[in-house]
Amino acid sequence: MADRPKLAVFKFASCDGCQLSLLDAEDELLAVAGAVDIAFFPEASSRMLPGPYDIALVEGSITTAHDAERILEVRKQSRFLMTIGACATAGGIQALRNWGDSAEFLRAVYARPEYISTLTTSTAVADHVAVDFELRGCPINHHQLVEVLASLIAGRRPRTPTHSVCLDCKRRGTVCITVAQGIPCLGPVTQAGCGAICPAYDRGCYGCYGPVKQGNSEGLGDHLVASGHHPSDLVPLFRNFNGYSPEFRAESDRLAARAAQGD
Amino acid sequence: MTANASTESEFFFARAGLQQLIDVLRTRGYKVVGPTIDQGAIIYDEIASVDQLPQGWTDQQEPGQYRLERRNDEAWFGYVVGPHSWKRYLFPPLATVSVADKTAAGWQMTSSPDPSPKYAFLGVRACELAAIKIQDRVFLGGAYVDPIYRDRREQAFVIAVNCTMAGTNCFCTSMNTGPRCRTGFDLALTELPDGFLIEVGSDSGSEIVRELQARVAELAESQAAEQARLQAELQITKKLDTTDIRNLLLTNLEHPRWADVATRCLSCTNCTMVCPTCFCTSVSEVSDLQGDHVERHRQWDSCFNLDFSYMNGGNVRNDIRSRYRQWLTHKLASWIDQFGSSGCVGCGRCITWCPVAIDLTVEVAAIRGETP
Repeated sequence: MADRPKLAVFKFASCDGCQLSLLDAEDELLAVAGAVDIAFFPEASSRMLPGPYDIALVEGSITTAHDAERILEVRKQSRFLMTIGACATAGGIQALRNWGDSAEFLRAVYARPEYISTLTTSTAVADHVAVDFELRGCPINHHQLVEVLASLIAGRRPRTPTHSVCLDCKRRGTVCITVAQGIPCLGPVTQAGCGAICPAYDRGCYGCYGPVKQGNSEGLGDHLVASGHHPSDLVPLFRNFNGYSPEFRAESDRLAARAAQGD
Repeated sequence: MTANASTESEFFFARAGLQQLIDVLRTRGYKVVGPTIDQGAIIYDEIASVDQLPQGWTDQQEPGQYRLERRNDEAWFGYVVGPHSWKRYLFPPLATVSVADKTAAGWQMTSSPDPSPKYAFLGVRACELAAIKIQDRVFLGGAYVDPIYRDRREQAFVIAVNCTMAGTNCFCTSMNTGPRCRTGFDLALTELPDGFLIEVGSDSGSEIVRELQARVAELAESQAAEQARLQAELQITKKLDTTDIRNLLLTNLEHPRWADVATRCLSCTNCTMVCPTCFCTSVSEVSDLQGDHVERHRQWDSCFNLDFSYMNGGNVRNDIRSRYRQWLTHKLASWIDQFGSSGCVGCGRCITWCPVAIDLTVEVAAIRGETP
């Protein structure tokens, strides 16, 4: 990649938290600003240069017809397109609408629903265009973002973990909350990246970093049901920030079907 | 550090002597690490006072389940083993192996900047002594000695405490590692209602005992200690049949049980992390954004991670079945070829801390053709 690659940051349906993670990088932000040319980042600067860009960071999911067109243009303008966060990577929490009635939500939320033009689904960027790298998290971890940018600048593989959250709990000495307290936790099937924060505060993992590669969500669901949890209570465990990722979606649908059968 | 204990070296001190032992060790510059209650479990952490010990508490363990319960006495060591093991202190989860800085004169390399703390371990069980012995062989036994482990191990003072009860998942008797502490300690204690029986296992242990208000144990005290230790042995119900286990597992690599366990196993790494002998790590170079400062980090890793068996061009263990099989056959079979002993000490941690309650003794029995 050429010296000082041109970086652009694009936003789709999202809370902006992942972009804020970059601004939160504080000391490292100055180094980032020195290493790349921040050409388009409306959240941070009114300087907005036209494409093409060397690196595009895409936050947010595709929820409108306009989004679906705009992401094609972003792809055309970008050599390396990286999604940042659960919305861009898996559809985000707003993908819960995919299981619901979008028109009914509009009526319930908006005084004048006719003003709203939206798709009935919230989907991942990868469902629309080719994605070169997915940076997981809700929000992303700014250390990982800086690491991926550093790897792009250096032309090497990014050093982002692909193991489960459990490994990070064990490295930091956290006692397993599922085994010691019976709390359902997505840690065994979730990719690490946060540093295993929630179990250290007696909370089950919410799966913010999405499914671990070759995880066994079905095995976890089966064991939780066998341990006395009702399938209908477990559906929301899997249907969270990354609920519409293929693995969590399949397991939540399977549990919902078991609940419907009165299992 | 690892001499045989003899009956001449049996001493006794009253309960108040335990604080004195901690104080003597601390005065000598040791960080005393012992059992304490945290996060709903008995873990190992640095302690300064007997008040931090899990007095009056015990652990109730089942496959995939651990609960603290009150005992009906005030025993300090009335539990078996918890989620932590001593490997956390001898073989830290994260270590900086070396550091490199770019200077005008080129790259300047320095070796590990991490300190090597001087630990005294209080409450090491027989199965854990066996685990330390196994890791000694792994890290110190061959041509390539691990300096991080060596520096911590050489300085460590080991106070074993004999089990006087057994847990549901204990099977040390099957692995010939316990419950009696026989070698590998500086001091070995057996807790009695009014004090501790002490066996001395090394010269440094003897030196410490001289500083305590300990006296030669009376016969009745030695007998009471023997009874207490026997109680632990009698309580062990779990068994792992190790008869010809190496060949049993290595000639059954296509047994249908591996596919069966793969439907339950989450490949989450918990068993390998809690195992006191598992020693796998990954090493990565961590650079700053400018690339002027690079650190080489070593972290605990696991054969259950997909990336762990990534080799140029592909993954050699590309499903959970092959990864579980790799772990179990290494632990119980090929470990024997590699290090001359089993890699399992029968502590039961992998059974208790498996979030989906997989029990390796049941898996081995199934492969042996016994109905689980």
